[in-house]
Amino acid sequence: MLILTCPCCGVTGEETEFHGGGEAHLKRFGPGSTDEAFHDYLFSKVNPKGVHLERWRHNNGCGKWFHAARDTVTLEVYGTYPAQTTQPPQSIKDAISAKRPGWSWREFA
Amino acid sequence: MSNSVSALNGASATGFATVRDMGLQGMITLRGDLSAAAIKNAVKTAAGGDMPSAGHISLSDAGSAAWMSPDELLIVVPYADADAKLAEITKGMGDAHHMAVNVSDARCMFAVSGDDALVREALAKLMPVDLSPAAFKIGQFRRSRMAQVPAAVWMADTGEARIVCFRSVAQYVFDLLKGATAPGSEVRYMAR
Amino acid sequence: MSTRLANGGRLLDKGRKIDFTFNGKRMRGFEGDTIASALLANDQMMVGRSFKYHRPRGVVASGAEEPNGLVGMGTGADFEPNQRVTTTELFDGLTCTSQNHWPSLDFDVGAINTKLSRFLPAGFYYKMFIYPRPFWKHVYEPIIRKSAGLGRAPDQRDTDTYEHFYAFCDVLVIGGGVAGLQAARAAGATGAKVLLIEQTAHWGGRAPVDGGTVGGQPVDKFVDEIVAELAAMDNVTMRNRTMGAGVYDHGYALGYERVGDHQPAAKGPRHRLWRIRAAQIVTATGAIERPLSFAGNDIPGVMLASAVRDYVVDFGVSIGDRTVVVTNNDDAYRTAITLKKNGLDVPAILDARVPTQDSPLMAEAKGLGIRVLMGHGVSSVQGGKRVTGVGVCSQAGEGAVLEEIACDAVAMSGGWSPVVHLWSHCGGKLIWDEATAAFRPDVDNAPTGAKGEAFVTPAGAANGALSLGNVLSDATSAGAAAAKAAGHTGDAVAVPEVENIDEARMAPVWMMPQGAGVKKRQKAWLDYQNDVKVSDIQLAAQEGYESVEHAKRYTTLGMATDQGKLSNINGLAILSDALGQPIPQTGTTTFRPPYTPISMASITGEARDERFMPIRQTPMYDWHVENGAFFEPVGQWRRPYTYQKSGETIEQAVSREVKATRASLGMLDASTLGKLVVKGKDAGKFLDMLYTNMMSTLKPGRCRYGLMCSENGFLIDDGVVARIDDDTFLCHTTTGGAESIHGHMEEWLQTEWWDWDVYVANLTEQYAQIAVVGPRARETLEKLTGDDISGEALPFMAWKDITLGGIAARAYRISFSGELSYEIAVKASEGRALWDALLAAGQPANITVYGTEALHIMRAEKGFIMMGDETDGTVIPQDLGLNWAISKKKDDYIGKRAQARSHMTDPTRWKLVGLETVDGGVLPDGAYATAEGKNANGQRETQGRVTSTYHSPTLERGIAMGLVLNGPDRMGEVLEFPRLDGTVMRAKIVDPVFFDKDGEKQNV
Repeated sequence: MLILTCPCCGVTGEETEFHGGGEAHLKRFGPGSTDEAFHDYLFSKVNPKGVHLERWRHNNGCGKWFHAARDTVTLEVYGTYPAQTTQPPQSIKDAISAKRPGWSWREFA
Repeated sequence: MSNSVSALNGASATGFATVRDMGLQGMITLRGDLSAAAIKNAVKTAAGGDMPSAGHISLSDAGSAAWMSPDELLIVVPYADADAKLAEITKGMGDAHHMAVNVSDARCMFAVSGDDALVREALAKLMPVDLSPAAFKIGQFRRSRMAQVPAAVWMADTGEARIVCFRSVAQYVFDLLKGATAPGSEVRYMAR
Repeated sequence: MSTRLANGGRLLDKGRKIDFTFNGKRMRGFEGDTIASALLANDQMMVGRSFKYHRPRGVVASGAEEPNGLVGMGTGADFEPNQRVTTTELFDGLTCTSQNHWPSLDFDVGAINTKLSRFLPAGFYYKMFIYPRPFWKHVYEPIIRKSAGLGRAPDQRDTDTYEHFYAFCDVLVIGGGVAGLQAARAAGATGAKVLLIEQTAHWGGRAPVDGGTVGGQPVDKFVDEIVAELAAMDNVTMRNRTMGAGVYDHGYALGYERVGDHQPAAKGPRHRLWRIRAAQIVTATGAIERPLSFAGNDIPGVMLASAVRDYVVDFGVSIGDRTVVVTNNDDAYRTAITLKKNGLDVPAILDARVPTQDSPLMAEAKGLGIRVLMGHGVSSVQGGKRVTGVGVCSQAGEGAVLEEIACDAVAMSGGWSPVVHLWSHCGGKLIWDEATAAFRPDVDNAPTGAKGEAFVTPAGAANGALSLGNVLSDATSAGAAAAKAAGHTGDAVAVPEVENIDEARMAPVWMMPQGAGVKKRQKAWLDYQNDVKVSDIQLAAQEGYESVEHAKRYTTLGMATDQGKLSNINGLAILSDALGQPIPQTGTTTFRPPYTPISMASITGEARDERFMPIRQTPMYDWHVENGAFFEPVGQWRRPYTYQKSGETIEQAVSREVKATRASLGMLDASTLGKLVVKGKDAGKFLDMLYTNMMSTLKPGRCRYGLMCSENGFLIDDGVVARIDDDTFLCHTTTGGAESIHGHMEEWLQTEWWDWDVYVANLTEQYAQIAVVGPRARETLEKLTGDDISGEALPFMAWKDITLGGIAARAYRISFSGELSYEIAVKASEGRALWDALLAAGQPANITVYGTEALHIMRAEKGFIMMGDETDGTVIPQDLGLNWAISKKKDDYIGKRAQARSHMTDPTRWKLVGLETVDGGVLPDGAYATAEGKNANGQRETQGRVTSTYHSPTLERGIAMGLVLNGPDRMGEVLEFPRLDGTVMRAKIVDPVFFDKDGEKQNV
């Protein structure tokens, strides 16, 4: 069972306080978008072996959504950061690079 | 007022610690920019204390203010004062983007009292949180889960824990706390 | 025979006798006994029958690894099967019974299987019971099920209590032997917060039995001192009777504390499950002795050499008068020496090795006059329900008997395997140690935690350090290293001085004798509990089950309740040999928690009975209970389905409630409805995105019904939105939707539109909400208020703040029944007072409280949809004819793009219609309308299905709604709905609004 640190309230808690929300940094496609773009937005999620950027909600806590950079194999958490961003902050990218040089995830590396 | 009753109407149970429904409590949810002066003033006027820092509750004689999230406070005042305090806060906040609502009736507050370590241990049977004296000091405020429901907890004083949960699950939470303080079930991990 | 010795028994309090029964036979033991030691003291060697062949089985071990000694304990509500006799402490009045035999332990019909064992090889069930196919379900499975299973399930409720406890520490030390104690001391000295747990009731593990000196004094004195020292340290907590059950991700570990097992009359929980979060974990879990694989190694009286020694030293029990020791290592000599020193006879030590010179232990044994036969082993053990002798052979040969030695016990030792289970649970890797022929932790590949750090350190025998000196030095560094990794760098402790006794190297012996023929191999047991023999593993390999995981499942090796603690390494070695590959290449099966079985009730913890799950109660809950409510669960709420009066059936009660409401006045507790306040200058814009229709144009004081969809386009919730002021809305949700829709709103606000000025709060429980419904609703309310609630002042789909019976209330003029209806919201703590006031005021109008079923019927009579009935996660508003509630003016709303996808716009999507049965009966819920032809699976084609169906008391016939292919264009057509009994119901497609189509009743 994981432990995560919520970047919004600072609490480090066990997984039962949190709820996973799938892939982070999705770009919403609405009316006017192509069938393909909309399909990918809804259904085409990455399922990497290794570094993953994902959404969590501190639902039994401050209630805020945040993002985590986590390794799906080792379960190492490289860092967590607020959800109000379209890309991982440089500090998170650096933290991942320190452990997993040459990593990439979607368009980020 | 005579018509108003809390969910458990003051029920209590005594095991190795005492569990008590604290009765009706005035509670106001205040959401807004917590760094704004207007909010700090609102806390001062409503609860009589300072702005709590993240993960804390500021306790004063007039009331208390708990840090719920980066944009939310829970102001605790006497039940009868809640509407008046709410009006005061709303007026004080003026045009600033905020939300202030009376949630007094949506919640239930319990006290668990007794030997400090035993009180903490009883709660640690139900909450996945380090509640040892070193990790959880008087004035810290923690939202987490209590068994299967959300709950917030703080130590109001040595051997005096307070729990806030939703009103509809008051009976469930009371039963949990009663079970956790059952005589003979002292853990003696924090208590030596 | 096995018996109690006059002296010895360091764990016993011989002043306290304890009476217990085994299979109804009265027996006596002492305080400090386990069931096993007490049974053995009473010459009860045989404790059960094996699983497959029903062979007589005796106690083999003295600890958690015991495979045979499982009993049913207690009676009635206290009964529990499969209790391990070696780990269960004796208490006064204990009753236990052996398992797996019929009619009795001594005479068992199933033992015929052992005669048939030649015909029951590995994979027998798979091979035998495949053909003919139908036989499996009707013949084989029922018979196999009847004979399968271990013990029997309790038939009464468990009356004990159980609980969890969340503990946090810097260093968790698992295992309270000398290694664990020393590791805890080393970690504790640094100032780290240490939790030390030990599965038995005693500290020191087996060191006091094995002997030796630490710092110039006997090891048991060292144990006493270190226990006292640790007990005095504020930062160290010691818990015995607490097993490390499992190690999980990020430093999570489970401790299984048997609080009350040994004192059943005491108050408090029986078991406590410690949910521990540790920065670092030290596994000081010791080692387990391996059996040797020789013919007849399962006959009662054949025991692990260490166990024979334990019973003598710890419990003052001798297993036999004449014990033959058979070994491949020096440690078993300690058993021979101990027996001899306690006045028991050891006719011979059979040592499979051929050493060039005597080790100190060999010399000591010989010095005591014990005959030592080097290069020898057991050809076969003689005896049935008890050992009577052994045939001695050369280990190098094929088993020709050189000599027969009469004996009543055999002490065997195949070497020691570190207990690597907890190290391995969370991914710690293993390496093969040639010197000890065992897997031990690969300390460079430890389990890793949240920051990628190694968080488990093995210590002592669990790390492959088998001598006392090595154990203590390894444990000292393990404890200090763990504390340091947890951030504590305080004082270091010295490694205690130990006088090491040199031991000769062990020699791996996987089969005895080395050239044993097939007949011997068929009698050489690997897994005692599941009856797996050397020959079974060899057969599996021969048949192509080369992966260790496959061989395990094919033969069931290691799949019993002991999870192969004794059998795994021996089995792997046999498999490797059969495959002609080294053992490390074969590898191990996966070690999974728990280490030994833990009670299901401890996992459940407090979640039983009234604490099984939260039951949410409205402020009027007590009234419902007092007035005969028949409850139904709606999410975690309990809502009254109907209120039965005496003599009424449920159907009659529902019917009465509907009729009374339509005729005069009804009242419903609607408090469970979700109430979300949305506030801010962008609130209207936000709600326009959330709802399919336009909410920003709603005028303050007015209400509007709205639909909410997911981004997939499917309906997720509906409800009435009231505009409170320019930037405040109150959104009603369904009962089940309050929390999820609140979460849905927060998710979009936090993760997509975080720059919009909107706040949301869930005020569901702040208000009690009461629906006052029916033609006489207004006049009843008017009795309690001076405020103007006339049709002009408070028209349909408006709201107004009023004072009702002296209570501040908000009245919403909304209707889910088609009647004149007000939903009154007051503060929850005043809900019951208003409820009582309304009941009194409504008396002249025959006010009738109704439940959810009447609510559902009345909405169905009006053709109103219900989330979860008309919707199931695949239905879009357009399917339900709700196009009127979908704004054409908005560029966007959540779900709009999805509703433009080709499948969503397909004209053949089934659409909502009403269904009127031809015979007036009630359609079965969920019934399908059949069509011509068959689908690809050979099933009847369908053209629609029933989504809601009721008997309408108002119309006095069955009414239903359903989704039907081209339904709205087929009014008047009759569809066929097959029922489960094979008959067919016919129903006509009609408009879904069955009652008061023009809405005259609600608009008065």
